[in-house]
Amino acid sequence: MTKPKIALKDVHKSFGAKQVLRGVTLDVMPSESMVVIGGSGTGKSITIKSVLGLVKPDRGEVWVDDIRADKARGARRDALLDKFGMLFQGGALFDSLKVWENVAFRLRRRLGRDEARDLAVEKLRRVGLGPENADLYPAELSGGMQKRVGLARAIADDPEIIFFDEPTTGLDPIMSDVINDLIREVVTEMGATALTITHDMTSVRRIADKVAMLHGGVIQWTGPVDDLETCGDPYIEQFINGRADGPIEALR
Amino acid sequence: MAVLSAFHGFLAGIGASVIGLLRATGALTLFAAQGIMHCFLPPWYWREVLRQMMRIGYFSLPVVGLTALFTGAVLALQIYIGGSRFNAEGVVASIVAIGIVRELGPVLGGLMVAGRVSAAIAAELGTMRVTEQIDALTTLSTNPFKYLVAPRLIAGVLTLPVLVAVADIIGIMGGFLVGVNRLNFNAGTYIANTVNFLEAGDILSGLYKAAAFGFIITLMGCYHGYNSGRGAQGVGTATTNAVVSASVLILAANYILTELFFST
Ligand SMILES: Nc1ncnc2c1ncn2[C@@H]1O[C@H](COP(=O)(O)OP(=O)(O)O)[C@@H](O)[C@H]1O
Ligand SMILES: [Mg+2]
Repeated sequence: MTKPKIALKDVHKSFGAKQVLRGVTLDVMPSESMVVIGGSGTGKSITIKSVLGLVKPDRGEVWVDDIRADKARGARRDALLDKFGMLFQGGALFDSLKVWENVAFRLRRRLGRDEARDLAVEKLRRVGLGPENADLYPAELSGGMQKRVGLARAIADDPEIIFFDEPTTGLDPIMSDVINDLIREVVTEMGATALTITHDMTSVRRIADKVAMLHGGVIQWTGPVDDLETCGDPYIEQFINGRADGPIEALR
Repeated sequence: MAVLSAFHGFLAGIGASVIGLLRATGALTLFAAQGIMHCFLPPWYWREVLRQMMRIGYFSLPVVGLTALFTGAVLALQIYIGGSRFNAEGVVASIVAIGIVRELGPVLGGLMVAGRVSAAIAAELGTMRVTEQIDALTTLSTNPFKYLVAPRLIAGVLTLPVLVAVADIIGIMGGFLVGVNRLNFNAGTYIANTVNFLEAGDILSGLYKAAAFGFIITLMGCYHGYNSGRGAQGVGTATTNAVVSASVLILAANYILTELFFST
């Protein structure tokens, strides 16, 4: 039996009196595209940030390959972070740097300026942005283009694991479709393990191998995407049909 | 009973703010220690250091220069009024020089830069925090302390003394202009009095102060920005807190440093 690439075991996280995660347990297998769905504010971003060590869990374990990610320090943590690429919810592009410098940010550690720039332009082309954008600043781009630059930056160093935090939120349906295709493409082509957060059901059907539903601080259901319609789980049912009545309270 | 419970509430309030203050002091000390450590450990981002030196030093020159010019001028007038009963011509030049170099150059320069630079740093890092750019740095295998905090601290400590040295010269020049044009002193005597009375210790003590203030200014900007609360409001609060705490700490540090130089 293959071991999971990423494993969360009983992860808890509170902010003050507010319990956000109350025992999240989730396995992501190598080269699998896992999608986490759930309402806004349920702790989806906190979940992936606790894998990256950006948020310290109060309790529980986070494993990446054979390393305890939540306990890793120093060189061990650096080696761990080298495996990851991350597309942030708001893009999180460095606005004092040009587009190509953003994309090449990590490459610059091991490549010279010209080489890094060439590779960045290549990655930009890969996400459908021409070289004329390379010398612009992020603020000069539209929201959809910024997302694509963020995507190019996330995949620039060919990471083993890629996280996408709401890649299509705030984009029009056509641009969403382009981004979904890109994600599917980079995951199948690069053979990377992907963890995507979304509440867009179209995205789920396009990019997921497996789906996990986060609600009430725990994973309510997880399974292959094909079982989504037939699983009979009341939470899933309510979420994918977008109904106001059901076990998920609409007011919170 | 009511009085007793009000008293209780009063004590609890004091206790809570003391604990809060201790916790904040601890967090700041830890932050400062980490910042200093990363100034001395590789890798260094020299391009960032240079960029920050330009922003902190070069672009503060006009503000600091004008402040020094008018301060020197006013000092000359005031001392003339006070000193006219004695030998004004001998006193004005040397007191202006000593006052500017030991005290007013570093303190007023520091306060002006505090308003400009700690606010700018806090707003920048706060925005980076809120828009997840600081998290993004970490996921791109770059330590935010090395890339953001250390270059600013280094730039602050290195540029403030230079800035204050320029301010010293401009401030003394302000006094000279008033002395010669307004009070009709002899230019040569004024310069001679300035040079003869100033000691290297006067100048150096002011420059040491400037380095300390540079550290305080950039540290406060980084600390408040880095720990900024969420949203635009969080960034606004961070900016205000950075300026206020930098200014107060500069004045407190100035007293402590003056005591130190005074007793040696
Ligand atoms: N730094 C923080 N301090 C306090 N509360 C936070 C912080 N980060 C997130 N939260 C809270 O945790 C909850 C989950 O946040 P998040 O994971 O971002 O939600 P989402 O599922 O929409 O991505 C939210 O209610 C948010 O208010
Ligand atoms: Mg989120």
